Amino acid sequence: MIFYLIRRVLYAIPISLAVSLVCFMLVHIAPGDPINAIVPPDAPQAVVEQIKHEYGLDKPLPVQFGLWLYQVSQGDLGRSLATGRSVWSDLRPATANTLRLAVTASLIGFVLGLILGGLAGTFRGTWIDRIATTFAVAGVSIPHYWLGMVMVILFSVTLGALPAMGAGPGGATDWAWDWAHIQYLILPAVTLSVIPMGIITRTVRGVVGEIMNQDFVNTLRGKGMLPRNIFLHVVKNAAPNALSVMGLQLGYLMGGSILVETVFSWPGTGFLLNSAIFQRDIPLLQGTILVLALFFVALNLIVDLVQTALDPRIKRS
Amino acid sequence: MEPLVHVRDLKVRFVSRDSTVHAVNGVDFDLAPRETLCILGESGSGKSVTLRSLMRLNPPRLTKMTGTVRVGGHDLVTTSERSLADIRGSVVSMIFQEPMTALDPVFTIGMQIRETIRRHETISREDAERRALELLELVQIPSAKRRLAAYPHELSGGLRQRAMIAIALSCRPKLLLADEPTTALDATVQIQILLLLRKLQQDMGMGVIFVTHDLGVAAEIADRVAVMYAGRFIEEGPVSALMRDPLHPYAQGLLGATVHGGVRGKRLTTIPGAPPNLAQVPTGCAFAPRCAYVEPACLAAVPAARSPIPGRAARCIRVPDHAVSTAA
Ligand SMILES: Nc1ncnc2c1ncn2[C@@H]1O[C@H](COP(=O)(O)OP(=O)(O)O)[C@@H](O)[C@H]1O
Ligand SMILES: [Mg+2]
Repeated sequence: MIFYLIRRVLYAIPISLAVSLVCFMLVHIAPGDPINAIVPPDAPQAVVEQIKHEYGLDKPLPVQFGLWLYQVSQGDLGRSLATGRSVWSDLRPATANTLRLAVTASLIGFVLGLILGGLAGTFRGTWIDRIATTFAVAGVSIPHYWLGMVMVILFSVTLGALPAMGAGPGGATDWAWDWAHIQYLILPAVTLSVIPMGIITRTVRGVVGEIMNQDFVNTLRGKGMLPRNIFLHVVKNAAPNALSVMGLQLGYLMGGSILVETVFSWPGTGFLLNSAIFQRDIPLLQGTILVLALFFVALNLIVDLVQTALDPRIKRS
Repeated sequence: MEPLVHVRDLKVRFVSRDSTVHAVNGVDFDLAPRETLCILGESGSGKSVTLRSLMRLNPPRLTKMTGTVRVGGHDLVTTSERSLADIRGSVVSMIFQEPMTALDPVFTIGMQIRETIRRHETISREDAERRALELLELVQIPSAKRRLAAYPHELSGGLRQRAMIAIALSCRPKLLLADEPTTALDATVQIQILLLLRKLQQDMGMGVIFVTHDLGVAAEIADRVAVMYAGRFIEEGPVSALMRDPLHPYAQGLLGATVHGGVRGKRLTTIPGAPPNLAQVPTGCAFAPRCAYVEPACLAAVPAARSPIPGRAARCIRVPDHAVSTAA
């Protein structure tokens, strides 16, 4: 087991390198010249050259990648072209904000999804199943931004109950788990939770339904086990599949909340990416994508390890 | 003395929105303590459903079950789910056909035995562990101690079936139900499992109801045999007499005209024609369409059980009825 663990962690290194390369290349093959975004169109050629040189944009791409990778490995993501501040100083609070939003939304989505999916799978073909399935289908089909705007109109504009924009009274950087801040989190988190809710419901319904149909459940009933004992068996059988889907969903939420963050002006990575793209702020863009991608790699690794630990049928050698 | 199992007019239907299957259409029999009954019959004749009815294990939402089923003094038709759960595994337990899928893949063998014991008895974890080890030794699993920590997929089919038997016997049931427990196994393993079951039955003094396709198995293990067709016992009697001289035309066809005593490994003979559609209850003898001796009276009503000799009975109008008893 310990060797398996070490090997899986080592595997993550080349994957991360590949991910960095893709991040770097994606930004550089996109059309448009980043310099145009920061220097006025009529700036003298000498000034343009000077700025290019300062940011290392005059060197060949492989060299730029090598330099960037070296800096990144030192923990330095470079400077934003637009603001001149270090990328990390913007990225750190944004990542924290997105993490808060994604984790809260995931928790809501996972809890609802597990309950609905578990009930639907256990009582397949009944009205319980039909209600849960309706929720699941609605969850995955309703567009995020549309639901977000409806929520804003309903809860902020009409009822005036919850704030519609921002991440708290103090802006992007100071967060606390008190009501003054949490009320800002509710609408975006609920909006964002709808898709994982639907997907987890669907997955868990399928997995639980399949498990309940297996012969061993009949054996358990045949030896007198009570529903709560059987529930435990079902949970342990369903856990590896359910956890891997949940891990992926959390990963998607980390990167996939651009629309919701924009609708609610939530100062997270999605918001940051949005502005970095429009300003062609290459270092900021690269840094943000890299951090999100590494999150994904790490999540996958964790899911893999947990799955292996839970399911004795997966070979560990 | 009350028999261990007492079944009268057992009927089981599976009702869904678009169809009804009349799987069992009136089964009567008694089983004495320590007695072994074999149920023979073509696939689809209702053997498994009958067996599962003896612990009310058919899917509850689809199943309509009527009649009388008493096991060890408990009325299984009307008892609550909760007391049913107390009866299952302690008074009556079951071995299934597929040892591959009948065990939970993500729990160890030891755990699956322990949870059964601890479900029915107040016993410490350590004592349950010790009992589990004894049980694995009882069913002759080599290196039993190591096997307690094994997962089902780490055992061969034969060992898995032994583990299944250990689970079934863990609370010393009075009645053991076995649904083709050797069908999925290799021939040599089949014989070992069969000998083990016979030995355990004798040592522990259980009643056993055994479903099989194999005449040799029936001859080896049974005291009595019941032949099932379209959800009824169409013939029942002591194993040697029934095999030597079957009364019902279906049983005659099934056992093959020339079988004497029963040849180990001999499979049931196939009879021309197909078993009836169970979507309707037949109004006459269900075997009539395939029977060489059919006459109009066969189609008029379902033949009652007739008993030419005490202890034997068949549902065929050609069988003379001498004993006027309910011994069937
Ligand atoms: N859960 C169920 N739902 C609907 N029909 C069933 C169910 N279980 C068994 N049956 C039907 O009942 C009949 C008898 O089945 P079974 O007892 O399994 O036969 P066998 O004699 O081969 O063991 C078959 O026609 C089968 O399709
Ligand atoms: Mg069967």
